[in-house]
Amino acid sequence: MTYIVKPKLHHPSLPKNGLGFTRRDYEGRISTLCAGCGHDSISAAIIQACWELSIQPHRLAKISGIGCSSKTPDYFLSQSHGFNSVHGRMPSVLTGANLANRDLIYLGVSGDGDSASIGLGQFAHSIRRGVNMSYIVENNGVYGLTKGQFSATSDKGSKSKKGIENTESGIDLVALALQLGATYVGRSFSGDKDQLVPLIKGALSHHGPAFLDVISPCVAFNNHAGSTKSFDYVREHNEAVNRLDVILGRTPITTEYKAGELREVTQHDGSVLRLRKLSEDYDPTNRIAAANYLQERHAEGEIVTGLLYVDPEATDLHDRLGTTTTPLNQLGGGTLTPGAEALAKINAGLR
Amino acid sequence: MRVGTAKQRGRALQATDISRPDYFHKVVDCQWACPAHTPVPEYIRLIADRRYTDAYMINWKSNVFPGILGRTCDRPCEPACRRGRVEEEPVAICRLKRVAADNKSDITALLPKVAPSNGKKIACIGAGPASLTVARDLAPLGYEVHVYDGDKKAGGMIRSQIPRFRLPEEVIDEEVSYITALGPVMHLQQRVDSLKSLLSEGYDAIFVGTGAPRGRDLDLPGRKEAAANIHIGIDWLSNVSFEHINKIGKRVIVLGGGNTAMDCCRTARRLGGEDVKVIVRSGFEEMKASPWEKEDAIGEDIPILNYLVPKAFIHEGGRLTGMTFEKVKAEKDAKGRRQLVPTGEPDQHFACDDVLVAVGQENAFPWIERDIGMQFDKWDMPVVGQETMQSSIPNVFFGGDAAFGPKNIIWAVAHGHAAAVSIDMFLNGQDIAVRPAPGVTVISQKMGIHEWSYDNDVANDKRFKVPHRDKAQALKDVKAEVELGFDQTLGFKEAQRCLNCDVQTVFTAKVCIECDACVDICPMDCITFTEDADEAELRTQLKAPALNLGQDLYVADGLPTGRVMVKDEDVCLHCGLCAERCPTGAWDMQKYLIDITQAGPKCRTR
Repeated sequence: MTYIVKPKLHHPSLPKNGLGFTRRDYEGRISTLCAGCGHDSISAAIIQACWELSIQPHRLAKISGIGCSSKTPDYFLSQSHGFNSVHGRMPSVLTGANLANRDLIYLGVSGDGDSASIGLGQFAHSIRRGVNMSYIVENNGVYGLTKGQFSATSDKGSKSKKGIENTESGIDLVALALQLGATYVGRSFSGDKDQLVPLIKGALSHHGPAFLDVISPCVAFNNHAGSTKSFDYVREHNEAVNRLDVILGRTPITTEYKAGELREVTQHDGSVLRLRKLSEDYDPTNRIAAANYLQERHAEGEIVTGLLYVDPEATDLHDRLGTTTTPLNQLGGGTLTPGAEALAKINAGLR
Repeated sequence: MRVGTAKQRGRALQATDISRPDYFHKVVDCQWACPAHTPVPEYIRLIADRRYTDAYMINWKSNVFPGILGRTCDRPCEPACRRGRVEEEPVAICRLKRVAADNKSDITALLPKVAPSNGKKIACIGAGPASLTVARDLAPLGYEVHVYDGDKKAGGMIRSQIPRFRLPEEVIDEEVSYITALGPVMHLQQRVDSLKSLLSEGYDAIFVGTGAPRGRDLDLPGRKEAAANIHIGIDWLSNVSFEHINKIGKRVIVLGGGNTAMDCCRTARRLGGEDVKVIVRSGFEEMKASPWEKEDAIGEDIPILNYLVPKAFIHEGGRLTGMTFEKVKAEKDAKGRRQLVPTGEPDQHFACDDVLVAVGQENAFPWIERDIGMQFDKWDMPVVGQETMQSSIPNVFFGGDAAFGPKNIIWAVAHGHAAAVSIDMFLNGQDIAVRPAPGVTVISQKMGIHEWSYDNDVANDKRFKVPHRDKAQALKDVKAEVELGFDQTLGFKEAQRCLNCDVQTVFTAKVCIECDACVDICPMDCITFTEDADEAELRTQLKAPALNLGQDLYVADGLPTGRVMVKDEDVCLHCGLCAERCPTGAWDMQKYLIDITQAGPKCRTR
């Protein structure tokens, strides 16, 4: 870790966003993770995405569980709301917060241990309930804080730093999220911000459960030959299906594309996801095809990345429950606690 | 991005060769800009460490007159200082030099030991900064150095032209004495009137450091009639310095916009001038005087009036009463050159009792016979080699203002060093056109995982102001030094503003895993990993555009993905965070101490 505070001085040409903030205004405290940790790159990508989207920092809540990944919300968006919750319980806390105040942007930050082991049930249910959130898993395939045991997302056959082979099957969180009904699903790599930043922007502006699995090499315990989550392995086996641009409102296309090279997905709220195709026949709006493709490539040892699935007509938990459109903290005391009489009425209605 | 090991990788279009001493020297902007290439960050760190004597000696070796320059230098280092590009103002390098000089202990034991005579004799004409530098460099090597000067004391223009309120005489005495202690034979009050006869005296080499001793005059109507109250600036200043003049009229006009004009007007304020004004032909911005000297003059209630071209001296009964000026404005002509054209308004008259003319200085070599084989150019200046300082007579060298016209003290020192190297090589039978390379010492600053042997925590302080003497008091006494200098506390704080630009970010591509940690942490967005391209294209495809073409890009190839690492040196804080966050040690912070080779065995080892 680093002991000095990152100097406040910045590049003289550092641009400002629509709110008059520079990217540096979205930073947090200096990271205490190991030097070179992929998670720090993801933090940098989140900072970049929030800056580009001109998100008002106080309109965003970052919620995490326990683990290296779950420490990272301290290292970005220090002006935002934050809740560092219990191990694996980020989805519950996020769901509760979301129900209470639906107007905030919810960013759930978790890791492979937090979401695929102790919190697997929490993960599954928050997705299937359709909580409007961006759920990012910083996936390094090991338990870094306890010195590098295989995690539940480690691929079968991959080797630990000491050369021991993993004999158990790995959980593919992307496959699970697709099956459980996530309406925006992507996978990316901490070492490729050009791909990662637009995916985060898309997730943050998506209405519905958005899930991103970001492979993030653990430099200390999982960046060796034999690992399937090392910088070298991911770069060798990265199979990107598309490149994403997120457009809020209508902006004309400035770059020239060949016919069929570009695909636009207009979401319910009018935002446009502009996808530059890298794989010929990949259709990111077909859930079944996406799941099949994922399985096929996985069997070939490839890691499929990009925006894998999006449902432009997505809905969320509030839509389904028909809850009030006003955040609870803006409702008056009388509305929130209508009194014994109202309770008696409800009870009577249920008898 | 399928960029495996199989990818055919050639060399990058322009991978940076960091083994060239100039590459990292250039990154140390202050040292690069200093004519004498003083290792500035090195001595600033020593000041922060309260090692004033060591800081002084580093200066003394490079620029010979730290106490004098710490008060009077033209500071080419400061406009170059990186701090000025990342914040508002540069580090007060010049005044930190003075902190070292003010707080050092006795240095006599640290002065070089004089080697036994090598049997060779050198003559230095003039005892100003250039000649004294030559003497200091050559005397310890065993040369018998003879210094000639017309004045009573050595120092040249440092002593005669710089007012005492900027530079106390004790400082000059002290720093001149360190040189005379090395044993040069001082022939004071002996003006050399003939180079021809000096050449016949058997010197192995002669160095001409006679300055630019002639102040330019203004031949306007009334000049002759009112001569008693019209003074040439540098002559008047030296008369004040030597106490031949101790008063001036109440109303004084100073003509000229250079530092001499600033010295004239401020001196006039101290000798009885109450209504002193500076009048310049061109604009205020175009004045040659250093900004801080203009500021100091204005601070002493001296207005600077611009766009007024002197037309005539007005006199009555043989006595000066005022001057008239034509009003002009700046316009661009058809070729885009700036020109001063009359505005057509009526001439302006200013009443005055005295006029000080400080409109430039000229070289004058009436004492060099034109039949001794020395080449002069069309401006009647001797032809002198830019780097060698050698004239067309092989054993006669020039330096300081005498070489290429009026410059400043630090240039005179640089010329002196260069001439001393030339003389030493020349008298040892070496080709003086091949200049010695600088010595480079590279030391990694890594002490622990996140510990460095320099203070990498960047201070946020703005530039500190040097305390001044109370104005009323300062104006009473022409010898009372105006600037009081930083004390040790302020000196420490100002020293902490230095970014340690000599501690270089050195990149080793073969251990880099391209994790982006350095890119993410860099507070200045200096580092980018990108596809290779030529420099013009690279400059636009970086994380922050590299628009300062005066600053180099550090390009390294040999990365696993075949991309290149590009670092824009322009606004790097040298905070070392890239190296702290690097998991593989691909970045290291290494101090490059660049030591310009001076006269002596090192310059002739080839």
